Amino acid sequence: MEPMRYLFAAYMAIWVLLALYLYSIDSREKKLQQEVRRLKELLEKSRPK
Amino acid sequence: MSERFPSRLDAVLGALTALSMAAALYMALVAAPRERTMGDLQRIFYFHVSAAITGMTAFALNFAASLAYLVKKNRRWDNLALSAAEIGVMFLSMVLVTGPIWAKPVWMVWWTWSPRLTSSLVLCLLYAAYLLLRQYIEDPERRAAVSAAFGIVAFLDTPLVWFSIRWWRDLHPSPMLETGGLAPSMRPALWISWAAFQFLLVYLLRRRFCLESMRDELERLQRLAG
Repeated sequence: MEPMRYLFAAYMAIWVLLALYLYSIDSREKKLQQEVRRLKELLEKSRPK
Repeated sequence: MSERFPSRLDAVLGALTALSMAAALYMALVAAPRERTMGDLQRIFYFHVSAAITGMTAFALNFAASLAYLVKKNRRWDNLALSAAEIGVMFLSMVLVTGPIWAKPVWMVWWTWSPRLTSSLVLCLLYAAYLLLRQYIEDPERRAAVSAAFGIVAFLDTPLVWFSIRWWRDLHPSPMLETGGLAPSMRPALWISWAAFQFLLVYLLRRRFCLESMRDELERLQRLAG
């Protein structure tokens, strides 16, 4: 590999790792938000009127 | 730390992180002078070193939060410790990936079991084990206490990583800032990259911490729902 390709590979690796991590946080956030919303609705419905 | 994400503060922090990252990229890839021996390859240095320092900072935070949890028994310290450990593993993974990419054309090998490289790998594995360990303990109080103890012990490897190139002969370069090995014209690129990574650390910590707070809220609701 040419030296510039190593440089490109190193910087790409950093951005890919960061993007994967941000994606993992984002998807966990969405999943939890959905679950919290679902439970809140469930509790709201089961509350005596 | 506010637990709602994103707030106005987060938007400002996100913008600052993006701007400083763009500035760091410009400094590292364009503005910094070309090194005489390694040429453009040396530009890996700016993000490699910044990621390493940021990873260590995250592990130091894990250590402090673990100690705080053992003293105060407050769940929020455990959440901070977990967030810091996970982010530290991510930064150290960057170091362990970019290191071999840099080493191959310079040392002619992808990896060597030198003290700095070995202790860094062990450090990353220790915190990966910390994250795994948490998956296997169901009781939240016990999980927090065991992880805090583990986090404190794991942190003992950090000074070993830091001082390895001072204590033992190593293929890895000596600490350039301390020995004056880094040309003054290269220092702004390193400082700006370091600052950008610190902003990134704070931004990620906030997001990860909020995620854990949301999980606490979910557990509370699950208990209420029976």
